[in-house]
Amino acid sequence: MSQTTAPISERDRGFIDCDNTADTPGSRSPLVLNMHRFHDVTHQVCRVSEAPKAPMAWYVAFAISLAMVSVLGVCVLYLFATGVGVWGLNNPVMWAFDITNFVFWVGIGHAGTLISAILFLFRQKWRTGINRFAEAMTIFAVICAGLFPGIHVGRVWLVYWLFPIPNQMDLWPQFRSPLLWDVFAVSTYFTVSLVFWYVGLIPDLATLRDRAKGRIQQIAYGFFSLGWRGSMRHWHRYEVAYLLLAALATPLVLSVHSVVSFDFAVSQLPGWHTTIFPPYFVAGAIFSGFAMVVTLAVPARQLFGLKDLITLRHLDNMNKIILVTGCMVGYAYSMEFFIAWYSGALYEKFAFMNRAFGQYWWAYLIMVSCNVITPQLFWSKRIRTSIPLMFVLSLVVNIGMWFERYVIIVSSLANDFLPTSWGGFIPTWVDIATMMGAFGLFGTLFLLFCRYLPMVAMAEIKGTMPEADPHFIPHGAGHAAAAAHSPKSE
Amino acid sequence: MWGVMAEFESPAAIYGAAGKVRDAGYRFWDCHAPFPVHNLDRQMGVKRTILPVVVFFAGMTGTMLGLALQAFTNGLDWDAWLLVWVQGYPILISGKPLLSYPSMIPVIFELTVLLASLTAAGGMLAFNGLPRLSHPLLANKRFLRCSDDRFFITIEARDPKFMRSKCEAFLKSLGATAVEVVEEI
Repeated sequence: MSQTTAPISERDRGFIDCDNTADTPGSRSPLVLNMHRFHDVTHQVCRVSEAPKAPMAWYVAFAISLAMVSVLGVCVLYLFATGVGVWGLNNPVMWAFDITNFVFWVGIGHAGTLISAILFLFRQKWRTGINRFAEAMTIFAVICAGLFPGIHVGRVWLVYWLFPIPNQMDLWPQFRSPLLWDVFAVSTYFTVSLVFWYVGLIPDLATLRDRAKGRIQQIAYGFFSLGWRGSMRHWHRYEVAYLLLAALATPLVLSVHSVVSFDFAVSQLPGWHTTIFPPYFVAGAIFSGFAMVVTLAVPARQLFGLKDLITLRHLDNMNKIILVTGCMVGYAYSMEFFIAWYSGALYEKFAFMNRAFGQYWWAYLIMVSCNVITPQLFWSKRIRTSIPLMFVLSLVVNIGMWFERYVIIVSSLANDFLPTSWGGFIPTWVDIATMMGAFGLFGTLFLLFCRYLPMVAMAEIKGTMPEADPHFIPHGAGHAAAAAHSPKSE
Repeated sequence: MWGVMAEFESPAAIYGAAGKVRDAGYRFWDCHAPFPVHNLDRQMGVKRTILPVVVFFAGMTGTMLGLALQAFTNGLDWDAWLLVWVQGYPILISGKPLLSYPSMIPVIFELTVLLASLTAAGGMLAFNGLPRLSHPLLANKRFLRCSDDRFFITIEARDPKFMRSKCEAFLKSLGATAVEVVEEI
């Protein structure tokens, strides 16, 4: 009856190093490889944060990230001391790298919420391998995103004007402005993502607490696991709460980038003032977010030995989503052009011709080739399941999506209605260093997360294993076990 | 003494045992597992939580809050006392009506989701009586594996039907691999 001593069944033996990207009719491909005991999962995940020392590569990456964060700090201080003139902003290009970075980072976050909420509602069990660190990625990306509008306001000491706080002038924010909707959308998105992530973490923190040897670990994990003791009565409410959070986060993730797109779509500028923006931005956000998940997952599973939990099937599935959303983005690009031509509006037609063939033709070319053309390689299964190729392609998509935002923002501002007010944008070293610094901030937070928190949702993974089914019968135990477990069936 | 605890080695084992403990008529008893074992809550006879109802009303509160906030701050010239005296400030934007609802939808939506989500997480913890950092079970050495790969049934001493020797024998008969007394702390 005991499973731990039961002989390994034929099916279990098949799990060992099998190709789980294949779909065999009538049987589910395993999501966890080389393991058939719950303890193996616990051990694989916990050993990362329990090891006295991280792998050498972790220290190298952490040092580089920290150096980049200090560059960010210097840039931000310089900006505060001098003013937004230290960036290449000018009239007419009043938004450039700052807002490009903002939109880019908010977009990155979307994959995490999609994996944790939408795939949960669709009962996609493979999400359990990747949801924890994808959600962490979301939170860190939104932190990076929030930084840019914050430092871009000019007089940072008045940043509280963004919020409806009673003040001595009896003035309130202007709620008809999409910029203010953004404040609410992004801060809600951050809060809800954090809560969702933390609720998922509680049982796993309890696992780390129960295994902790050191005093500091016991206190820290003990405090943050809130005294979780795996009570089934607690699990009942926990599952309901998790489902509710997923149901609430699903419209939220679709709304956040829609609201971000309103920043542009509600304005009157040709090239911005289009109704396709909300769905187009959401598709692009999921596209870039999944690319970032692949970029992070490939080295992380290698470095921390998580290949049996974040399997090739997970990566293959993500690459399929990149392909689908890449096609959606490509459709949006062409539809924008079609509508610009079909509208007959002079300025609209000009804005799009200018976007593709004007002074920013090179950025447009990078955008289309990285976002529409190269992801088509993912039609091939061999490329979808090749680790080096998918890593390179995911980087290409990240670059392409950064340029997409740059093209939309800068090319529309640089050449609008009046040729006399045309201009251009040249980034300064502060622009470039701040952008790189944000990547450093993201990297630092992500590396700290990998080292000290469970990178894979252990409790959820265990729940998806065949052994977790209360009617699971170990092969060796046979009918005796079946009779003992479910008297009704015999 | 806080109660008696029995260890099981698989979801299948605890699933069968939980049904028998339920039928034996205990009231203060529980199952503990490293992950939510499918349907075990129903097998135990756990009543469905009212959390969704609470979350619904929290969400509606957010909706009304978002509406009131925007109508008051941008549309109405009223005074209100919210710890300090505050005044609404009607702002005319491109000749649109002061109370035009379409532009209010994003903020209303965000506040609805925000309040509902915070209530879902906070309500779950509150109904569960968490955080509770000190508990007799958490002081038990064997129980440490509950968050790893073992499954436990506990019967508390405050249960009216509780008798130590009977409970121990009963849990043993259900196929527990170990039965142990949990001391009060």
